[in-house]
Amino acid sequence: MSQPASKPGRFGEYGGQYIPETLMSELIALEAAYEHYRQDADFQQELAGLLASYANRPSLLYYAERLTEQLGGARIYLKREDLNHTGSHKINNVLGQALLAKRRGKTRLIAETGAGQHGVATATAAALFGMECEVFMGREDTERQALNVYRMELLGATVRTVTSGTETLKDAVNEAMREWVSRVDDTHYLIGSAMGPHPFPTMVRDFQAVISAEARAQLLEREGQLPAAVLACVGGGSNAIGSFYHFIPDTEVRLIGCEAAGRGIETGQHAASVAAGETGVFHGMKSLFCQDDQGQIAPVYSISAGLDYPGIGPEHAWLASSGRAEYVPITDDEAVAAFELLARAEGIICAIESAHAVAYAIKLVPTLDRQQSVVICLSGRGDKDVAAIARYQGVNINE
Amino acid sequence: MSRIDVAFSRCRAAGNTAFIGFVTGGDPSLAHSKRYIQAMADAGADVLEIGVPFSDPIAEGPVIQDANIRALAANTTLDGIFGLVGELRQEGYSPLPLVLLTYLNPVFHYGYERFFSRSAEAGVDGVIIPDLPFEERDELLPAARAAGVDVISMIAPTSTERTERIAREATGFIYLVSSLGVTGVRSQINTDLDAIIQRIRAVSDVPVAVGFGLHSPEQARQIGPLADGFIVGSAIVKMIAADPQAAEQQLHKYVKEMKAALGALDAAGGTTRAPNM
Repeated sequence: MSQPASKPGRFGEYGGQYIPETLMSELIALEAAYEHYRQDADFQQELAGLLASYANRPSLLYYAERLTEQLGGARIYLKREDLNHTGSHKINNVLGQALLAKRRGKTRLIAETGAGQHGVATATAAALFGMECEVFMGREDTERQALNVYRMELLGATVRTVTSGTETLKDAVNEAMREWVSRVDDTHYLIGSAMGPHPFPTMVRDFQAVISAEARAQLLEREGQLPAAVLACVGGGSNAIGSFYHFIPDTEVRLIGCEAAGRGIETGQHAASVAAGETGVFHGMKSLFCQDDQGQIAPVYSISAGLDYPGIGPEHAWLASSGRAEYVPITDDEAVAAFELLARAEGIICAIESAHAVAYAIKLVPTLDRQQSVVICLSGRGDKDVAAIARYQGVNINE
Repeated sequence: MSRIDVAFSRCRAAGNTAFIGFVTGGDPSLAHSKRYIQAMADAGADVLEIGVPFSDPIAEGPVIQDANIRALAANTTLDGIFGLVGELRQEGYSPLPLVLLTYLNPVFHYGYERFFSRSAEAGVDGVIIPDLPFEERDELLPAARAAGVDVISMIAPTSTERTERIAREATGFIYLVSSLGVTGVRSQINTDLDAIIQRIRAVSDVPVAVGFGLHSPEQARQIGPLADGFIVGSAIVKMIAADPQAAEQQLHKYVKEMKAALGALDAAGGTTRAPNM
């Protein structure tokens, strides 16, 4: 059920390797290396050790009792990826890929980042493994997430401000790909989401699947039954695919991805690839993309830099088209309201990305009964967003 | 024989290397593109590539990225580019090989069958799709073959053992990427092009054209004799960006100079390289 029978690297019609010829040999070598190390006990042991001793895994599955009481309905559990080292789920994938890159003899990591969480995680792994690191970040994002820029620099990374196109995450990916095609020998492109050409969507999903492996076992222990639903925010979709993966065979569990509807789907100012996108080919993969009637990639918008991306990973496109997962649009207003509600009810300031998943839970939970439970992936912590939320609410604070 | 085959055979017979010029369609307007193509063809360009503008051209350097932005700002569409090709065919440029360079998404969105039948109808001879590697071609090859349009294969310095496999299946010409990285003028090419071309020629008779970073007559004299074609993109686009009005004449002069460096009889009637006849 997890992957339909088709070519390797395909999820139904989605996925593939749509990338310039210059990168093909490297992708094939990466795929072979990944196939080798995913079955290599020594590699897996080293990774598990790092996740436990460095990244703070397993992450808590926290019963949000006050929020549950306030909303009335299913019991709400938060998978606390925000408590990982570096403050988000991104570290799970970064440690896996950085370790793989190191074993392959690469000495330099490059990455794209939107909110800065993936950039910070990559800079962290580069520092830990003694590798060189360059992070590409759209100019608009370097402004919304100035703290994370400085954080990456503290960790020894070089942040390259991207001024092409819409100056956001999509353009950061473009520039990282251009850099990779220029210097492929010593460099690993550490893609931060479950997107891009094969083997990235599969590899990133496998490294993030630790979220659902833990959450499933933790919830069964606490509740003695599976949750009614698992919710996660979706940009490229790495925390969502990681949260869904081990629940995919449990067909009674609803899998719900929460997309950024920005100012509303009808305004055109959103980043909702499932709700408003069409099948296309971009950034190395066939998937769903926001695009115009000429197949030009559309400029997208979200309050959340991490969800401000015009596409979605190919496995999500397949889960959406097969009906196994649902994808729902959440506006900026709804996300901000959820961000504030969670802070006051539970004393947890989550990332504005994760708040999109909390926002849908606010709608869903009251429709379920007290015997049921839901799991929300709290993909990251919200320190980075405090200034932006204040601005959004018209509050002037000195940063 | 296709127009592409005829053009390369003519160059081979005359002992020179084909000059392949590139413009981004619609930069700064389709009417300008037409004049630039005509000026280059009149000056002896053997094949012309027309870039279909795309919002996110990941294989391009800053010069062609900017051209894409200008062309999209001028509302250039795929249908507009088919119209341009059709006009060139009607206005006396019927034997000139015309190749579209496009990213896959505009083609996918247009529909493969519709794209290739419109291409054939308008008079497009081939397509170069930088984000479509050999392994993924099968999804559009039947439509391209049915329409008689060549899907030009790319080979890179990193292709190694893929080189022969790609070359064996190639039609039209092979686009040999001179160096790693994105498009854009380079002062030096360090790849052992000769060795790669030998590998290709051992398994294929399809002409090999070298591109990425090429611009100068010196490079033409160096690389020209190794290859069947010499592709110039960014240097042309740069001229257009600097002065769209003067570019027409400058391109005419530039192509003459380059054709001479590639071994063709020059304007004065002499040769810069002995024809191989």
